[in-house]
Amino acid sequence: MAEKYEIKEIEVWDGNYAMSQALRQAQVDVVAAYPITPSTPIVENYGNYVANGYIDGEFVMVESEHAAMSGCVGAAAAGGRVATATSSQGFALMVEVLYQASGMRLPIVLTVANRALASPLNVRGDHSDMYLGRDAGWIQLDAFNAEEAYDMTLCAFKIGEHLDVRLPVMVHQDGFLTSHTAQNVHPLSDEEAYGFVGDYKCVDEMLDFTRPVTYGAQTEEDWHFEHKAKQHKALMDSRTIIDEIFAEYGKLTKRTYKRVESYHMEDAEVAIVALGSSVETCRLAAEELRAEGIKAGVVAPRCFRPFPFDLIREALKDVKAIACLDRSSPGGAMGALFNEVSAALYSTQSRPMVTNFIYGLGGRDFSVKEAKRIFMEQKAHVDAGHITTPIQQFSGLRGPKLGFFETKRS
Amino acid sequence: MVEIRWHSRAGQGAVTGAKGLGDVVSTTGKEIQAFALYGSAKRGAAMRAYNRIDDQKIINHEKFMLPDYVLVIDPALAFTDNITENDKPTTRYIITTHLNKEELIKGIPALQGKEDRVFAVDCMQISLDTIGRAVPNAPMLGAFVKVSGMFELDYFLESMKRVLSKFPQKIIDSNMDAITRAYNEVK
Repeated sequence: MAEKYEIKEIEVWDGNYAMSQALRQAQVDVVAAYPITPSTPIVENYGNYVANGYIDGEFVMVESEHAAMSGCVGAAAAGGRVATATSSQGFALMVEVLYQASGMRLPIVLTVANRALASPLNVRGDHSDMYLGRDAGWIQLDAFNAEEAYDMTLCAFKIGEHLDVRLPVMVHQDGFLTSHTAQNVHPLSDEEAYGFVGDYKCVDEMLDFTRPVTYGAQTEEDWHFEHKAKQHKALMDSRTIIDEIFAEYGKLTKRTYKRVESYHMEDAEVAIVALGSSVETCRLAAEELRAEGIKAGVVAPRCFRPFPFDLIREALKDVKAIACLDRSSPGGAMGALFNEVSAALYSTQSRPMVTNFIYGLGGRDFSVKEAKRIFMEQKAHVDAGHITTPIQQFSGLRGPKLGFFETKRS
Repeated sequence: MVEIRWHSRAGQGAVTGAKGLGDVVSTTGKEIQAFALYGSAKRGAAMRAYNRIDDQKIINHEKFMLPDYVLVIDPALAFTDNITENDKPTTRYIITTHLNKEELIKGIPALQGKEDRVFAVDCMQISLDTIGRAVPNAPMLGAFVKVSGMFELDYFLESMKRVLSKFPQKIIDSNMDAITRAYNEVK
């Protein structure tokens, strides 16, 4: 029986500590991990809880992130509740096995402290790794602060393990900006938290020797497509389950999350769409601008995969100009958030003006002042009746302005 | 909103100090944010840590701030780092130094004209005397309690005892001595 861990009603935790406490409270059976900055303390703390008897689990030390996720796949297929953490290059090395995990429908939870990808080497936060995982067949939840990192991790177990879902789930937080920023967190008691997550429900576990099963079989053109279609449908169908679980968590904590969060959007004329901690900074900018009479609002996908195409459309259809903020180098294209939001809005009558900002790469500061400037640029588009700037711009870049593509509509 | 910027070297405990302050502040019903700019910085490298304190939930995640307090816990950084960066006409400085306040200000032109907002305390000597090692974070907290008037000393000491409760009694006691001495000695 595990030792009792003392938790106060209000704790001052950073995102990493909050996530590690969620792993402890969910009573994760196995963590196979190869630590990497800035996610290291998540698995380090889990190891600490195991070593000090606060959890009956196992920490498996491995030789790489590829092996870490492989260990997770093995343990999950065997029939255990499994989690790990990574960032950046570690995430990149895991990618092959991320597809294996989702293809095998194993509800592993991967906590990610988002960090830039080299080269140049950089330990700080951007969303390159989160974006790298977006086609991997995982559910991706995004936390904007430390408390949400805790909340999303608890929800992740319940969502992924739901018998109608059975998919792996990533929980993202911004490296350093959330992972290493301590703030007030209101955790659940161990009993409440475990009561919410519930006992692990095994499905086709390999350790049931009375019923042998195969994982990761080979299928060529005869069945591969059907498997992938089923997996995609499972992701699409998980939307209603995620809504239900967020609602249940809201009843427990008074913190009710939505797959798309909207702030100050009731009568908004201009909006920013963003991910991560910048969402909160933009909220502050919108509040300050509203005091000056500018109808500014913020929309943020809480659930990045499955992409909330319908909810994004609903949230933004009455807005006139929108800036989509991408914190990942787009490598010769428009930012992913811009592309996906624009696609959703193309199927509306109103088709608002949408522009794209690449910002914050490698941890470059994103200030309230800059968020306000971006809002005001959207306002200028509204007043002019057309987009007055390049469609893609770089925000916070030193040196001459960088932008691409002019609008073809007036 | 109260904003605090710590100037420190990696290993001197600015992050622990900022988080410890956060722990105590949270017990008063206020919201707190504690973060640092380091990452791959090695022990001894100049770094900065930050606190925000407010009555409302803190949703500002920018690194930029106009500090109300600048806490310098390494004596040399007062001279080599830009400690007055983005300051306000009301920013208060608490600087660890073996010099007296007049000597200190004489050596740092940027502090001249701000004499009434500069406070000196020898956190290094105090931590060597009490804790036995150069860990200037605890005494800086004591000096901050005095200068800011944010807490009663006794309340702060009791709260810090809880924050440190996982440590041996000897370490808790020496930290309490360090905080109290700096509270009394800051000028």
